[in-house]
Amino acid sequence: MSDLSDLYQEVILDHNKRPRNFHVVDSASHQAEGFNPLCGDRLHLYLKVEDDVVTEVGFQGSGCAISKASASIMTDSVKGRPLAEVHDLFRRFHTMVTTPPDQSVEDMGKLSALAGVREFPVRVKCASLAWHTLKAALERDPIASTE
Amino acid sequence: MTPLAPAGTRLDIARIKADFPILRRQVRNKPLVYLDNAATTQKPQVVLDALVHYYTDINANVHRGVHELSGLATDAYEGAREKIRAFFNAASVQEVIFTRNATESINLVAFAFVRPMLSPGDEVLISAMEHHSNIVPWQIVCEERGARLRVAPIDDRGALILDELEALIGPRTRIVSIAHMSNALGTVNPVEQIVAMAHARGVPVLIDGSQAAYHMPVDVQAIGCDFYAATGHKLYGPTGIGVLIGTTARLEAMPPFMGGGDMIRSVTFERSTWNDLPYKFEAGTPNIAGAVGLGAALDYIEQVGREAISAYEHELLDYGTAMLEAIPGVRLIGTAPGKSSILSFVMEGIHPHDIGTIVDREGVAVRTGHHCAQPVMDRFGIPATARASLAMYNTREDLDALGRALVKVREVFS
Repeated sequence: MSDLSDLYQEVILDHNKRPRNFHVVDSASHQAEGFNPLCGDRLHLYLKVEDDVVTEVGFQGSGCAISKASASIMTDSVKGRPLAEVHDLFRRFHTMVTTPPDQSVEDMGKLSALAGVREFPVRVKCASLAWHTLKAALERDPIASTE
Repeated sequence: MTPLAPAGTRLDIARIKADFPILRRQVRNKPLVYLDNAATTQKPQVVLDALVHYYTDINANVHRGVHELSGLATDAYEGAREKIRAFFNAASVQEVIFTRNATESINLVAFAFVRPMLSPGDEVLISAMEHHSNIVPWQIVCEERGARLRVAPIDDRGALILDELEALIGPRTRIVSIAHMSNALGTVNPVEQIVAMAHARGVPVLIDGSQAAYHMPVDVQAIGCDFYAATGHKLYGPTGIGVLIGTTARLEAMPPFMGGGDMIRSVTFERSTWNDLPYKFEAGTPNIAGAVGLGAALDYIEQVGREAISAYEHELLDYGTAMLEAIPGVRLIGTAPGKSSILSFVMEGIHPHDIGTIVDREGVAVRTGHHCAQPVMDRFGIPATARASLAMYNTREDLDALGRALVKVREVFS
């Protein structure tokens, strides 16, 4: 049986307690609101994209430890990256959290901390909310939902 | 049948628990501690037996055939209607309409009773503690008709502010629709008083009894409401069966809600005429087995005794309240005097969703989220709560298990 410590890893608890990039980006070129109707998680994501590179990123909102930590780690991971790499990360992250827990997944560094949600199917949406919001922001869709 | 608990004596909880087969199963290798009763209650063996018996020995369509089984099925279905009438003390069986659930019951009133009489500027009055099912149908008909949805406020304990409710009942109010008991807060509203206030101004009242009906005796004639909505799956019965109880005068004056078989007297391509009550509101083949199962569930509740259940659950609620208040960082949401059977709470610095996942690992089932009452969450400035909700088979040991699980929650987030 999966252990709670697979889900609530140190890195997740740390990002939950001290979320990185937890602020508004005044000069944002892209933004979107993400909403998980199941648990009431809400986050607002701000991106500044210059010459197809994410130069600034920040988020605000309230949510469970998983959604908050995922947003925090995501913002750290996409900052400074070209958009093509961001889209690639989205795809790889999505594959990682939706692969059945008995199959191996690629090591995505710090993002791999979220792989533990695979053992907790109802929490996959919490981990992916920030990423869906990111995609919505880049596609200029103002509201993302995990539904 | 011998009563399990004659008035004034304690419930035989061991015996009651044994009547619910699902309570014997394990969850995550731990005994199931089921504290999500406000979402749905578990079913006693007698309900499961009634469903199997119906489909094994009786199954046929109702009100149709002359054959033996059709007669038996009709007797079983109509027998269940009489049990429901008696349970809620409705004036007659023609006032008991089967629906799918309380949501459908409320929609029936919104669309067949209120919508035709709504003009621009008219008002529908609800309260700030309503479940989405007692908000959204009204929003739909109000928007369509240019009417206005008014909301009576609640105080910081989650109690309805009656003076403000009364002040909102005006010449344009077409209906007052209020929960008997709040699913998110446990608040029990003084429904007799609310009905008296509204009727003094000639305004009809719908009471949403989804939460109240399985916790306390309900007498619709004593309440005096025009409509009372309830759902079977929270009354220890099957899913997919609910009831709307309405006064004959109101129901007679209403057009049908849905058209189809069974609700008509005669049909030609030029026009159809409607069947008598309650069939006018029961188009199509109903959930016959569900009605029979609900009848068995109500028999079971009566056998245990509603006064005894209510008294027992209040003791449990007091115990659970004291236990939760003793845990550092826990804050109860919903502390209205006279509340019933619901322990909604938040923990400082820990999202309810994380609480839910961790206590689930201990075999404890609680609901986390907004409980289909987002405006209630907004009122208290929180995104969600964790909610433990009680039923007759719960024990102090169940609440102790919740308490131990919450200690684990604290440890994970320490």
